[in-house]
Amino acid sequence: MNKEKIQKGNLFFSIVEKVTPIIAIIGALIIGSIVILLIGEDPIQVYKMMFGLAIGNRDGWGNVLFRATPLIFTGLAVAFAFRCGLFNIGGEGQVYVGAFLAAYVGFTFINFPAIILIPLTIAASAIGGAFWATIPGVLKAKKGIHEVIITIMMNWIAASFTFYLALLYKAPPTEAMRMAGVQQMIPHTSEIVEAARLPRIASILSKINIQFPAHNPLNVSFIIAIIAAFLVYYILWKTSLGYEIRAVGYNQTASEYAGINISKNIILAMMISGALAGLVGTNELMGYKFRWRQDLFTNLGFNGIAVALLGKNHPFGVVLAAILFGILSYGGALVNIFTGGKIPRELIMVIQAVIVILVVISDEIIKRVILRRKAE
Amino acid sequence: MIDSILNPDFFASVIRIAIPLTLAGLGGVFSEKSGVVNIGLEGIMLTSAFAAVAGTNFTENVWLGILIAAIIGILLGLIHAIVTVTFKANQIVSGVAINLFASGITVFLSWLWFHETQIMALKSLPIWGFKIPNPGEVSPLVRSLIVIFAHHSPMVYITLFIIIISHILIFKTPFGLRLRSVGEYPQAADTLGINVISMRYIAVLISGGLAGLAGSFLSIEQAHFFVKEMSGGRGFIALAAMIFGKWTPIGTVGAALLFGAGEALAIRLQGIFTIPVQFINMVPYLLAIFVLVGAIGRATAPAADGIPYEKEIG
Repeated sequence: MNKEKIQKGNLFFSIVEKVTPIIAIIGALIIGSIVILLIGEDPIQVYKMMFGLAIGNRDGWGNVLFRATPLIFTGLAVAFAFRCGLFNIGGEGQVYVGAFLAAYVGFTFINFPAIILIPLTIAASAIGGAFWATIPGVLKAKKGIHEVIITIMMNWIAASFTFYLALLYKAPPTEAMRMAGVQQMIPHTSEIVEAARLPRIASILSKINIQFPAHNPLNVSFIIAIIAAFLVYYILWKTSLGYEIRAVGYNQTASEYAGINISKNIILAMMISGALAGLVGTNELMGYKFRWRQDLFTNLGFNGIAVALLGKNHPFGVVLAAILFGILSYGGALVNIFTGGKIPRELIMVIQAVIVILVVISDEIIKRVILRRKAE
Repeated sequence: MIDSILNPDFFASVIRIAIPLTLAGLGGVFSEKSGVVNIGLEGIMLTSAFAAVAGTNFTENVWLGILIAAIIGILLGLIHAIVTVTFKANQIVSGVAINLFASGITVFLSWLWFHETQIMALKSLPIWGFKIPNPGEVSPLVRSLIVIFAHHSPMVYITLFIIIISHILIFKTPFGLRLRSVGEYPQAADTLGINVISMRYIAVLISGGLAGLAGSFLSIEQAHFFVKEMSGGRGFIALAAMIFGKWTPIGTVGAALLFGAGEALAIRLQGIFTIPVQFINMVPYLLAIFVLVGAIGRATAPAADGIPYEKEIG
């Protein structure tokens, strides 16, 4: 084989390597359409409805980005830890603790002005998440206990703990509830004060005369998520801390010989990862529901793993992957409604799982092909 | 007060709580002994818990339901094996994907087939063993022994059988020797003519089947229904039990019993002291963390655990 041909081939495969997520998405949509066929529906119609409704208009886009926002945070969290060779599967728990702390600050410091309270509440959600992730980080760094099982256990503990706190700080029953003599179905806290809330994107756009549906839940948290993505990029590739974290992730032994403090970097990476996950509180809590409720967050931590993988653990890839998942999630929910429940929205979770499997498989195949070509 | 906690019923419930952890933990032992980490146990348990109820209700036969659950477990194990052994993809990622898949498919099918997310099991297994005698009929000791050991679901006795078989299989047979060598030093095993790939496939399929049985016990025998996310992290607790049990069947059983005791104790203490139920719910997970912290230093994973086997070229 002549050299030129090999080089051309290598170029081809290095491009393919970059686009494995697209291959995976197409593959997953095909598998999804088989499932839809088995239910007896027309996959093309369903997908048309799904994407048409989700991204066909401004309201759809707003909802998609609103759903993408928490996934950007948890996706960044997973990607950041992964760069240090750590699997942070505890996003879920970090979200719970971060958001609860934000709620606590938001309904406690009621006399603070917005200019202090908003940053304080944002900081609270990051600190809560960081604290919850630091525990497995320390156990990993000092004791060598695998972070996967610990972070999972911390998820369940967080769920129970915040449930307890929600009962402790339960909002007083409203007048209507008192009249009807009913209790809260799912315990929730009081609302955070006005000064702790993030403005909706619609209200900002209306000031500069851009049409955007006022009821749309998209809020400033999305902008915070984008800033976070840039920050993660900056930390990982433009600072010495990022350099060390990536070095530890790449080769722990070599890093140690190079004089890098492994356990310090592991703890810091988990801390930052947890802070990113905790920031989910800015979206659902500060920007949308304004009160802590047990069922406010579902599967965000785990979907963050899928988002990080699909985004190749790169912050900008994470943003794109989160938007795709936002489309799937919003589109899937709408399809469920418009087909009268014929297509359960959990189909989306199945498609997401298939995407994950196909991404890792196609990555491995491409890597192997390139290696073999290099060997030749 | 001690009497109201440490009575025969307590020990019987310890055993019942330990069964799914034991089965899934044994699955973990087989898989990791061969060098494949399987955190998909959680999702396999969940899917099989659903499959057991769905299978039982459709076939109107509990045993068929349990068989279907085991087969589903093996199939999910097969997916994990294809992704991690054949394609050598990251084992944690594959496990996460299986768990994600499980959360989705169980609710998806619940809606599709039963139009709700909590499905009652129409049948359950009979109790095997002796009838519990009335107090005074026999000596208290005999009565206690019957309550603790001889008045259970058939699955309990089957689990005991599986524990013994697993121990013999792993430590007393040529198959077990090959299995362990593949997980310790696959290159050497390969040189000796052991097929690393097929050994790992077999091990992961066994782990899937065992996690499947664990899931069927959760839904059919413990809860008598399926509800979404009912596995509740037990697949991971089982892995903690496996680590605390030093990757051996007997050790894993011991650790699973410890978890069972912790959970049963917490439930009983709740009746005596006023502890918020949320703290009781935390006990298994806190216990798992403490156990893992305590296991460090003495626990030794198989040397090639988690590392895909790459045949050297040339």
